[in-house]
Amino acid sequence: MPEWALTGYNPRAGSNSLLAGGLVVAARCDVSSESSVAPPLTAENRRQQLEQILTASRRQDRIRQGRETTILAILFLAALVSIATTIGIIYTLSIETFHFFQRVSIIEFLTDTQWTPLFADKHFGIWPLLVGTLIVSTIAMLVSLPLGLLAAIGLSEYAPPRLARIVKPVLEILAGVPTVVYGYFALLFVTPLLQRFIPQLEVFNALSAGLVMGFMILPLVASLSEDAMRAVPMSLREGAYALGATRLEVVWRVVVPSSLSGIVAAFILAVSRAVGETMIVAIAMGQVPRLTFNPLVAMQAMTSYIVQVSLGDTPHGTLEYQTIFAVGATLFVITMTLNLLSYRFLKRFREVYE
Amino acid sequence: MTSNELYSGDREFRPRLTLRRQLGALFGILSTIAIVVGLTTLAVLITDVVRDGWHVISWDFLTSYPSRRPEQAGILSALVGTTYILVLVAVIAFPLGVAAALYLEEFAPKNRLTALIEINISNLAAVPSIVYGLLGLGVFVRTFMLGRSLIAGALTLSLLVLPIIIVASREALRAIPPSIREAGLALGASPWQTVRHFVLPAAFPGILTGTILALARAIGETAPLITIGALTYVAFLPGSIFDPFTVLPIQIFNWVSRPQPAFHERAAGGIIVLLVVLLCFNAAAIFLRARLQRKIRF
Repeated sequence: MPEWALTGYNPRAGSNSLLAGGLVVAARCDVSSESSVAPPLTAENRRQQLEQILTASRRQDRIRQGRETTILAILFLAALVSIATTIGIIYTLSIETFHFFQRVSIIEFLTDTQWTPLFADKHFGIWPLLVGTLIVSTIAMLVSLPLGLLAAIGLSEYAPPRLARIVKPVLEILAGVPTVVYGYFALLFVTPLLQRFIPQLEVFNALSAGLVMGFMILPLVASLSEDAMRAVPMSLREGAYALGATRLEVVWRVVVPSSLSGIVAAFILAVSRAVGETMIVAIAMGQVPRLTFNPLVAMQAMTSYIVQVSLGDTPHGTLEYQTIFAVGATLFVITMTLNLLSYRFLKRFREVYE
Repeated sequence: MTSNELYSGDREFRPRLTLRRQLGALFGILSTIAIVVGLTTLAVLITDVVRDGWHVISWDFLTSYPSRRPEQAGILSALVGTTYILVLVAVIAFPLGVAAALYLEEFAPKNRLTALIEINISNLAAVPSIVYGLLGLGVFVRTFMLGRSLIAGALTLSLLVLPIIIVASREALRAIPPSIREAGLALGASPWQTVRHFVLPAAFPGILTGTILALARAIGETAPLITIGALTYVAFLPGSIFDPFTVLPIQIFNWVSRPQPAFHERAAGGIIVLLVVLLCFNAAAIFLRARLQRKIRF
C-alpha cells in the first residue's frame, strides 16, 4: 500500500503543483505580451494576472477535490456491500429461524431423532439431516484428503516445475465443473458401477455421492496445500538435504511440518465445502431423512432438504417455509465456524513465512 | 583402534540409503498415482457425458422448449435464461466488484473497518451457495417483492460471485508496481486520476480474467436459483427482467431427476452444451491472461 493512499488526498500537494503550472503560464503570457502589444507591465499588473490564474486554479482544485471525495465515497459504499451481504444473510436466517423456534421448541430440534416436517405426523429433529451431511462429507474427505495431499506433494516436491505448471490447471478444471454435472455422474455412472461390486447398494446412496464429492474437492485440497508447501523457504529444504536427508525425508520431516497450518487450513476449508455442497447430494443421495450410519442406503443431507422444499410450492409463512431457514441457519453456523477456523490457521501460517 | 572406531560408528549410524531411496521412490509413485487418478476422473466424467448425450445434440435440441415427450424436449428457454442471467450478473457484479477492489487496494486506510471488510470477503467466498439462495429468497423475492424473477436470480448470483471478482481484481491491482502510481502523482494527477488513467488500464486484463471466471461460476450454479424458486419447467421466453425463468443447470437437474432414461440422455446433452459454454469462458480467460503476460512487463 503506497503511503499517499493511506493519508488520502492531500490538497496542498495539488495546489502546489498547480501553482508551479500557473507560474509557468504567467511567464509565458509575459513573453507574448511583451513581443506584441506590450501593455504597461507594472508590478501591480503582474500580481493581478498571477492572482487571477491562481484563484482559478484553486477553484478547479476544490472541484477536483469534491469529485475525489464523491468517488471515494462511492468506492467505499461498494466495499460495504460485502458487509451488507453478511448482515443480510444473518438477518434473514435468524428472523425466520426465530419464527420457527416460536412454533417448535429448540429442544425438540436438537434431541428428536426424526425429521418429518412434510408428513402428517410432524417431527423436527435435525439429527437425521445432520448425520446424512456428516456421512457424505466424511466419505468425501476420506477421498480428497489423502489424494489431495499426495497430489500436492507430487506437484510441489516431485514433479518438474514445467510439468506441474501444466498439470495444476488441468486438475483445477475438476473444481470448475458445475456440481449438477457431478450429480449426474454420481447417479448414472458411479452408482451403477459400484452396484456391480456391492449388489445391495441402493440407487440413491451416500457412498457414490461422497466419492464423487471427494473428487470434486480434490483440486481444492491439492491446490491450497501446494501453495502452502511452495511458500516454505527453499533454505529449509536445502538445510535438510545438506544434512543428508533423502527427498522423502525432506518432504515429511521438513516441508509438511513447516506448512502444516496452511495444509490444515486447506483441509478445514474442504470440509466446509463438502458440508455446503448441494447438487450432488440432492441428485444422488436421495430424499429419505433417516438416522443411519449405513452409507449404502438413501439418506438426506441438510442441503438436499432445502432443495426438496424449494422445488415444491411452499407459501411464505408456513412451517415448511420456516424449516428451510432453520436448516440453513444450522448449515451457516457450521460452515462459518469452519471458515473462521481455517482463516485462523492460514493467518498463523502467513505470519511465519510472509 | 581405527577398525574399532569404524566398527562402533557403523553400529550407531546405519545410513540404509538404498532403503530410504526406495521408500522415497515408492512415495513418488504414490503421489503420481494420486494426480493420475484425479486426471482420469476428469477424463472419465467427460467421456461418459459425451457418450451418453452426443446423439441428442442437434439444432432442434437447441431451439425447442422442454416437453413431456423426451424426444422433443430442448433447451431453448434454459439457454435464453442463462444468457439473460449472465448479462445481468455481469452488469451488476462487475462494477460493484471492481469498485470494492479499488477501494480496498488503493484507498482504504489501515483500520479495523478495513480489516473487518477483508475478513468478511474471504468468509463470504466460502459460504455455501445455497445459503445465498436463502438470502435471495428472504430479501429479493420476499422483502423487495421481486418475485421469482430474472432480476431476483441475477442479484442473488451477483452477491455470490462478488467476492471472487473482488479477490481477483485486488490481485490484479496489487501486481501494478507502485512506481506507476508515483509517476502519476508526480505529474500532478490526483489519487483518483492516477488510479483511473494509470493503474486501472494496466490492471484491466487481470480484472477481466477474474470476472470471466466468476461469470463462469455463475452460469454453473444451480442451488441458489432453485432456492429462490426458479422454475424447472418453462415453455416460454422471459419478456422482461421481472418474468420467471429457468437456466441450463436447473433444466439438467430436472431431467436427471426423472426416472426415464430418455430424459437422462437429454440431461447429458444439456451438460455437453453447458460444458462447451464454460470451456469458451475459460479459454477466453486463459487467452486474456496470456496476452497480459506478453504485453505488459514491468
